[in-house]
Amino acid sequence: MNKTVNQKAWFLILPVLILVAFSAVIPLMTVVNYSVQDTFGNNKFFWVGLEWFDEMLHSERMWDALWRQLLFSGIILAIEVPLGIFVALNMPKKGFWASFCLVLMSLPLLIPWNVVGTIWQIFGRVDIGLLGYGLAKLGVDYNYTQNIFDAWVTVIVMDVWHWTSLVALLAYAGLQSIPDAYYQAAKIDQASRWAVFRYIELPKMAGVLMIAILLRFMDSFMIYTEPFVVTGGGPGNATTFLSIDLVKMAIGQFDLGPAAAFSLMYNLVVLSICWVFYTVMTQMDKREGV
Amino acid sequence: MAKITLDNLAHSYLPNPKSEDDFALKELNHDWVDGEAYALLGASGCGKSTLLNIISGLLHPSQGRILFDDKDVTQAPTAERNIAQVFQFPVVYDTMTVRDNLAFPLRNRGADPRYIEARVNQIAAMIGMEAELGRKARGLTADAKQKISLGRGMVREDVNALLFDEPLTVIDPHMKWELRTQLKSLHHEFGHTMIYVTHDQTEALTFADKVVVMHDGRVVQIGTPQELFQRPAHTFVGYFIGSPGMNLLEAEVSGRTARVGNVSVDLGADYAPLKGRVQLGIRPEFMTLSTDGTGLPARVRRVEDVGRHKIVRLEVMGRDMALIAPEGDEIAADAAHVQLRPEAINVYADDWRVPAKGEVA
Repeated sequence: MNKTVNQKAWFLILPVLILVAFSAVIPLMTVVNYSVQDTFGNNKFFWVGLEWFDEMLHSERMWDALWRQLLFSGIILAIEVPLGIFVALNMPKKGFWASFCLVLMSLPLLIPWNVVGTIWQIFGRVDIGLLGYGLAKLGVDYNYTQNIFDAWVTVIVMDVWHWTSLVALLAYAGLQSIPDAYYQAAKIDQASRWAVFRYIELPKMAGVLMIAILLRFMDSFMIYTEPFVVTGGGPGNATTFLSIDLVKMAIGQFDLGPAAAFSLMYNLVVLSICWVFYTVMTQMDKREGV
Repeated sequence: MAKITLDNLAHSYLPNPKSEDDFALKELNHDWVDGEAYALLGASGCGKSTLLNIISGLLHPSQGRILFDDKDVTQAPTAERNIAQVFQFPVVYDTMTVRDNLAFPLRNRGADPRYIEARVNQIAAMIGMEAELGRKARGLTADAKQKISLGRGMVREDVNALLFDEPLTVIDPHMKWELRTQLKSLHHEFGHTMIYVTHDQTEALTFADKVVVMHDGRVVQIGTPQELFQRPAHTFVGYFIGSPGMNLLEAEVSGRTARVGNVSVDLGADYAPLKGRVQLGIRPEFMTLSTDGTGLPARVRRVEDVGRHKIVRLEVMGRDMALIAPEGDEIAADAAHVQLRPEAINVYADDWRVPAKGEVA
């Protein structure tokens, strides 16, 4: 068969090209552009090469923010994943209460980030917040604006409150896909509750749990609004996570060069972690298909 | 090993069953004799699996009791009953190796590792999976997985009963035969009480000493394959067992003769006066075509040669019937009548068989 050569067909992908250019390529290249230049004002820029990257890599401030960030993500994963599984295991399997629980669980997920932040900001206030006031009345010395530990606890509890539902709902979906016959066979085989979890429920949930962990890790790694509204990154820099620090640098101090280098490296970290997850997940799928 | 007694047992999936129709399993009294192999035969949805799940404790009956060797276990959980059950579709523990899968029920009971090792190898040999013992169960074919399920069912020697819920559905025909033979030899060797649910009559008749036929939530007959064939207690048994099933004819019975339309048929035995809807049941094997004008008028519609014999499809007094003729027989073109062997006729009133006078029921 003879194919007609018609290069005009390339024009058909033009709309996509334009869209991608404006939504991704041009903004990203602007950042790249900033990251290799410096200015003394008057909109005059000059080339500095990789100086900003070098500076950022040796900046204590960035490393501190990164460690805080990793610690935060680690803690919320360590709480939300087991807690989500536990909640999913204890949710009713069918009937009115199953639907009721599903709706109840989805509620926190529907609240916008800044509203969640505001809720907890007020909730935790010692003068008018139910939590803060209540704790103070109980004699607990709690103040998230001054005590580093209290600030961390508040931010973590807020994230757990907001996002455990997501893990629970995903785990619940995984559990619902297990046919009854598996539980019946386990009863016949006289398996313990732990064995049922270890050999039936956990393997069947593994796929959705990976997705839950990936989503929660990415989201928490890029968290900005909620801690910004509650603590504003304080006390001091105690809850200044990567995004908060980045915004401070870029918009607060208007250090565009370092901020651009910072954000590119930030992006690289996110991408490489995504890649690791993706590889692990596809490997798991492959094992499944053997 | 134990005798299993069902006492007044019935089950409904509805919370408040009102009429008898609401019951998936209608009231039932039965002893499963220790060490016998039973087949539970019936069409899909007749309550077979319900009965099995009640015996194993996966389901609690709406009424009645279950006794193992006269000990009431109605409320006992599955684990306490020590029963093995194999389901229709394979259940394997994906993340375990084949060996661990087979060992799982023994490990859960805390058996000695050396015993487990030996027993697992024995079972693996039985199901022909010695080569795969070390690999993960995930990704095996459906019939390999089902063999593992069967193996897990057979691995415990001390079970009270072995229950099979249509276990060979997903297995290919050749392996089916082999596994069924293995199950039979296992039964001879250990003498477990076995209950084998199936809707395949060949499977039931080759496997079991006794066949229990269920229909619409009710046990309609329990008997040896021969009894089911010669004296079906219910028209459903006649229809379900045999290929093709039993022929039925509306009739009026008085004494030794039945009137079918305007033709008299000799019944070979005396019957008391009957009430309700009366039918004659005759197996296709016991009918012959005749050319001399005696018997019931019939029209040959089609002849199917199935190899060992011929199945002749007839129309008799407006009803479709089947007749089995030996392979060598020529079907005469002018055959217009069919004769019934008197001793092979069964009489049914409202679908239940009526014994003749003097017959030991």
